[in-house]
Amino acid sequence: MISENIIPLFVAIPLAGAFLTVLFKRIKGIPDTLGVMASAGAFALSILFVLKMEIGQRIIYNVGNWGGFQEVLGKIVGIQLVVDGLTTFMLVTVNLIAFLVAVYSISYMTRYTEKWQFYSLFLLMLAGMNGVLITGDMFNLFVFVEIASLASYALVAFGTEKRELEASFKYAVMGGIASLLILLGVIFLYSNTGTLNMGNMAKILDSSEEPVLIYLVFGLFLAGFGLKAAIIPFHAWLPDAHPSAPAPISAMLSGVLIKALGVYTLVRVFYCVFGFPEQVSSIFMTLGALSMIIAVLLALKQWDMKRLLAYHSISQIGYIILGFGIGSHLGIMGGLLHLFNHSVFKSLLFLNAGSLEYATGTRNLKEMGGLTKQMPVTSWTTLSASMSISGVPPFAGFWSKLIIILACIERGLWFYAIIAVLASILTLASFMKVTRYAFLGDIRKKLRNVVEVPVPMRIVMIILAIMCIFGGVLLLPGVRQGFLDQAVEVLSGVRGV
Amino acid sequence: MNAYMPYVLCTVLFCIGIYAILSKKNIIKIILGVVIAEYAVNLFLVLVAYKAGGRAAIFSETEVIYPESMVDPLPHALVLTSIVIGLATTAFLIALAIRLYGKYGTFDVTRMRELRG
Amino acid sequence: MSKEHEHGMTVIVKTVTRLTVGLIFLYGIYIILHGHLTPGGGFAGGVIIALSFMNLDLAFGGSVSAKVFSKGSTGVVEALGAVMFLALALIGLRYGGFFDNFLHPDGDPGQLVSAGIIPLENIAISLKVGAGLFGIFLTLIVLQKFESEKK
Repeated sequence: MISENIIPLFVAIPLAGAFLTVLFKRIKGIPDTLGVMASAGAFALSILFVLKMEIGQRIIYNVGNWGGFQEVLGKIVGIQLVVDGLTTFMLVTVNLIAFLVAVYSISYMTRYTEKWQFYSLFLLMLAGMNGVLITGDMFNLFVFVEIASLASYALVAFGTEKRELEASFKYAVMGGIASLLILLGVIFLYSNTGTLNMGNMAKILDSSEEPVLIYLVFGLFLAGFGLKAAIIPFHAWLPDAHPSAPAPISAMLSGVLIKALGVYTLVRVFYCVFGFPEQVSSIFMTLGALSMIIAVLLALKQWDMKRLLAYHSISQIGYIILGFGIGSHLGIMGGLLHLFNHSVFKSLLFLNAGSLEYATGTRNLKEMGGLTKQMPVTSWTTLSASMSISGVPPFAGFWSKLIIILACIERGLWFYAIIAVLASILTLASFMKVTRYAFLGDIRKKLRNVVEVPVPMRIVMIILAIMCIFGGVLLLPGVRQGFLDQAVEVLSGVRGV
Repeated sequence: MNAYMPYVLCTVLFCIGIYAILSKKNIIKIILGVVIAEYAVNLFLVLVAYKAGGRAAIFSETEVIYPESMVDPLPHALVLTSIVIGLATTAFLIALAIRLYGKYGTFDVTRMRELRG
Repeated sequence: MSKEHEHGMTVIVKTVTRLTVGLIFLYGIYIILHGHLTPGGGFAGGVIIALSFMNLDLAFGGSVSAKVFSKGSTGVVEALGAVMFLALALIGLRYGGFFDNFLHPDGDPGQLVSAGIIPLENIAISLKVGAGLFGIFLTLIVLQKFESEKK
């Protein structure tokens, strides 16, 4: 049993870090230290939760100590924070990547001026994401989504060049519309149920019959959270926004932000509040399959390395959504595992792209070549991440894709299974291109003086690469029960599978 | 009839906002579109919570106000939060617009063509 | 004519501003301190305070308002407000929970000094909002000057 008072610290620690960074911006080294320490603290707390949570445990925390009033009034007042298996799973994913990215940024962000602004916004984004994960209140969810989104808009524009500003404008306008749709959905739900608490809402919706309004809310949430998750009809901002950000932020955006704000919220709302009705399941599967195949086809023709990776993010989100859409025990497990694996290998790939840019000054694959000798660490870690994202056994990505495909077959959805395999092959093809043009072949004359990136960046890349190779360990019986199974239980318990 | 008026009004306002975002070429007009759509949603939130003859949910020492005649204060708190968020988004978008103007010398989005493909 | 009349708007605007700006500022403080009793509170009061500074800036030009409240100090005050708000919330952890009202949990209706940490939090919010809004205003103004210089 752990103290409940730890729960709000997930938001409080990064927030305190963000504002203290602003206060002590003039002292050299403080922004770096605070950035790393705050994300490390949040990561340590999330690990503590994984170790100490009992199976199937659900901790509810009343903000502002309103619990006593609830017993008197007989209804929930105030905001509740809820931590269950799914939340701890996501917390570990988000805070792990955030911690590693913070360490990586110490060296990488020396390219830019005003490092304190970067760390302040970074921690603000982390606070927003952690808040989204732990909240049990609909409107609070919206507020935290907005905090994380606003920080990410600003981070995309961090370079303040033409590209960055344009991408950020596009992202901010589309993100703004998404937020409005989410808010509209929340209003409709509130006017219908009279509560904002997710657990209460689920109970009231379960017993009442008013399907028409509910379908409207489905549409609003699907469009709103779908825009944040960049599933295919709503994806237009992602290939511009993610490559324009500085590399560590690209890693954060692609690695965890679209999952925390998009996939997690979709899953949490549709599973835990609406009980995952059949129509939503088929919509999820269709959108997932579309995202997988279209995005990977678009990725094939890209020459800008980060843009190529951004399209692959959409494609891999498709896998995750497909897994959740199937809705069986196996499908949910595959979706969650792929979510974790994708966070690891996609952030590694973006950090690799950042290292290449750091060393060579370009992102265009045509201008690289033969870098294996000069940059062995970057080259080998990129290779392992590429193998993992393409689903080559025994890398981590293989296991999660295998589970999703098996879940398709188990339900008799052969069509989706074939699309998943096909998308995987095309992914492999496009990463062959990356390896071929960036690392193999003859070295170009102007790249002869390129040296490997600084040590902190190397360490981070190696850690992530090891996780790419041995990610399948999560499926071993002893490890699985504590971490993955708890999250699967939360979701599959909803449908009674 | 009257009961549907808020819905109609807010839908019309929201659609005007979305129309401005989709069809206008000037960045400032796009931002205005976002603001109009945002205010349509905020207005909707307030109108949904409207109650004829309702009072603010604050007790007073000088007169007796019954809890039954009070409006639900929660939507008002929510709309304030949502306005604050809207303020931040708008301020950020305007700052971006000014920077973009500095780079391109125009507010016309059709002339900003760095990102293609 | 003293030197401060070279920038900003006409004498009429300056005179009216000189008379009203203090009142606007005081009204903002009133709204903040009565936030737990009457409609208003930290956010509304903070906006009013920021407006009084904006008024100063518009009427007298940037150099006068920079003496009172410069752009660098807006950032510091804003962060201070946020840290104060968070610290109040975290102190509550010691007594019973995040945002626990540890000073005066029950409150007396209609009394000014009776709401525990709520007025303190209102003050923190008003610092954050007032400085933040004025900072946004200054940022946009500075960018505009920078653009007109370039042309």
